[in-house]
Amino acid sequence: MNDGMSEQPYAELGLKDDEYARICTILGRKPSDTELAMYSVMWSEHCSYKSSKVHLRQFGDKAPETDVLLVGMGENAGVVDVGDGLAVTFKVESHNHPSYVEPYQGAATGVGGIVRDILTMGARPIAVMDSLRFGEIDHPDSRRLVGGVVAGVGGYGNCLGLPNIGGEVVFDPSYAGNPLVNALCLGVMRHEQIQLARAEGVGNKVVLLGAKTGRDGIGGVSVLASATFDEESPSKRPSVQVGDPFTEKVVIECCLELFERGLVTGIQDLGGAGLSCATSETASHGGSGMLVDLDLVPLREPSMTPVEVITSESQERMLAIVRPGDVDDVLGVCTRWGVLATVIGEVTDTRRLQVRWHGEIVVDVPPASLADEGPVYDRPFARPADQDALQADTSAALARPKTGAELAETLLRLAGSPNLASRKWVTEQYDRYVLGGTVLAMPHDSGVVRLVDDSDRGVALSLDGNGRYARLDPYAGAQLALAEAYRNVSVSGARPLAVTNCLNFGSPEDPDVMWQFAEATRGLADGCRDLGVPVTGGNVSFYNQTGATAILPTPVVGVLGVLDDVNLRVPSGFVRAGDVVMLLGETYDEFDGSEWAWVTHGHLGGRPPLPRLPAERQLSNVLQTAADERLISCAHDLSDGGLGQTLVEAALVSGIGVSVTLDGDPFVALFSESAARAVVTCADADVDRLLEIVADHDVAVTRLGRTGGDAFVVTGEFALPLDTLRETHESTLPRHLS
Amino acid sequence: MAKVAVDVMLKPEILDPQGQAILRALPGLGFDQVTAVRQGKHFEVDIDAADAQAQVEKIAATLLANPVIEDFAVRFID
Repeated sequence: MNDGMSEQPYAELGLKDDEYARICTILGRKPSDTELAMYSVMWSEHCSYKSSKVHLRQFGDKAPETDVLLVGMGENAGVVDVGDGLAVTFKVESHNHPSYVEPYQGAATGVGGIVRDILTMGARPIAVMDSLRFGEIDHPDSRRLVGGVVAGVGGYGNCLGLPNIGGEVVFDPSYAGNPLVNALCLGVMRHEQIQLARAEGVGNKVVLLGAKTGRDGIGGVSVLASATFDEESPSKRPSVQVGDPFTEKVVIECCLELFERGLVTGIQDLGGAGLSCATSETASHGGSGMLVDLDLVPLREPSMTPVEVITSESQERMLAIVRPGDVDDVLGVCTRWGVLATVIGEVTDTRRLQVRWHGEIVVDVPPASLADEGPVYDRPFARPADQDALQADTSAALARPKTGAELAETLLRLAGSPNLASRKWVTEQYDRYVLGGTVLAMPHDSGVVRLVDDSDRGVALSLDGNGRYARLDPYAGAQLALAEAYRNVSVSGARPLAVTNCLNFGSPEDPDVMWQFAEATRGLADGCRDLGVPVTGGNVSFYNQTGATAILPTPVVGVLGVLDDVNLRVPSGFVRAGDVVMLLGETYDEFDGSEWAWVTHGHLGGRPPLPRLPAERQLSNVLQTAADERLISCAHDLSDGGLGQTLVEAALVSGIGVSVTLDGDPFVALFSESAARAVVTCADADVDRLLEIVADHDVAVTRLGRTGGDAFVVTGEFALPLDTLRETHESTLPRHLS
Repeated sequence: MAKVAVDVMLKPEILDPQGQAILRALPGLGFDQVTAVRQGKHFEVDIDAADAQAQVEKIAATLLANPVIEDFAVRFID
């Protein structure tokens, strides 16, 4: 132990006075330097969820009845039963701050980290997705950030051989100094293969496998991810973690073989907080103790101190708990895959986590005090003073286009605006079809993948968020994000089953931000209850702000659905000319927070569209039934940009035009962002049956027109050639970013 | 006219997957006494300027190297 006499640098490590006092109380003495470092990373916002825990409980308390959840919240990722003895696990996680410092490696290691989370559950990773947010597209730093992040996501995922099946890219000034990089991974396993992060069985060996440990990202979670990012202090920046996807690939295959052969009793990935997190969590969850010898950890640099070894965030490492009799087999498997594996300790019955370095015990703490019993804050929150003024500043007074020419100009302008323009420039950098299981990927509404080679069972995934809606009303904004992801999964014909989320907010120490967070989590929990889809896990990212200015509150929600037969999936683009085009759902005059208000007037105020969750459920039922009966040829949801944008996208996917006739105010019909709506197309012969289903579920339906031709025609208003639309829609991103 | 060399190396604490791949390949070729390999980049810049050193350092810091993860050294050759 250290002398304990001098003042310890706990404040520089991000610990508050009372937190430090609590550590002293737990230990009955001052912590050693190594212990202090471990508490500082484990009690960081990123690892401990200390500000969010009291709110996140609602996801469990309000969870709808479900029998599909095999593993719920609290593990590395939730596990969902999808039938046939198959289970899937999926989770989204943020890597925002590292991606600002070093876009390529930050984004790449974000993908690597979430893939290891999924692997840790015992699953084979089969697809990734990502939700990205940047400053204005013409911001001087956007090219560096967007280019680096997209290349990093693509580079790591492509090297691992994982298809990237969708996600979102959003531009808004609030993210200029703090981009959001949220990565999702999906994995599949048989029920009996589920692994848990537990260290059980006294005498079992603790095996570290994968890359050597270096000085990567020391204290990344406590400094970078858990405090306001301050550009003025580069010394605060921990060294950047550099990913090595080829190492990760062999680690994946090696671990899957270890699982298959039943050689590990517990497994945990090393992510934020490195060994501190993996050892304390497995020991805490296993109700055991653990003795780890740091001298045995393979190091890239021999001069590393115990503090550095135990908090290093070097990538591509896993911690396995192995019965003594299986150690030789485990090391044999690892050798065969070329994966470095080392016994670094064993499970004990002391209920203490003990760490030895140069023969001396430098850490001796109760593991639960690090992993599960950290500080919990019910931070003060208050409705921001400007919230009422913001909501009172509605879009009602904004000048609206009236003539056909004005409507056409608006449609074109929206189709080429940064947030609605084609994402092809981004998605073309990702491998979407590797592994051969991809059924639908961008530009379709959701990504659909087949789960195993010998079955037609598949899952659909969508990841959505809208920071502007959430700024106007965080409760509704979170529900609208959920509703959009739920709708996107439904239009593919899938049955929505479960939810993951990544909650990106500013500083929790700001009562305004905390109010946004509290409202958003309440809205999301209520929404999941009403839609009957449980939250399986997720991630909170606080301190997303530049100086005192927080980002737009940005809850990003992922919904997973199951398709019993992927042959029944429905694409988002028109498939043939002559189909009848119908709108499902009701349209209201809802323009506050819309793309139209933002793009044409730079306006953000009022209240977002009303979330209509019962209507979303009915719409979803109609879409599933219609898909099962093979009635619809195409289905595309309505969201940002409204009906006009939906029809543009559906037409451009296939190059088949569309002619529609609009009742009422054509501006409202084309550009309102009312929720719970979708466009479907079907053959004449199927119209009657479709209308029956729609009536059975009490969903409003409007017959709009027909597909065909090479233009987007609104009767009596305008006709825009698809070539013009395509040029506008597809040139925006390349023009600014390449 | 000056010829200026810029050598860019990953900072010592940063993982170098390419260097490691080379290291792993060497024993297979019979070189079994190598204990470490680090890979970097070498640039040669011809420049006609009085403040060549200063300019090339600026070029290195803004374009040739990524100062977040790399160090660079600038030196005159010939």
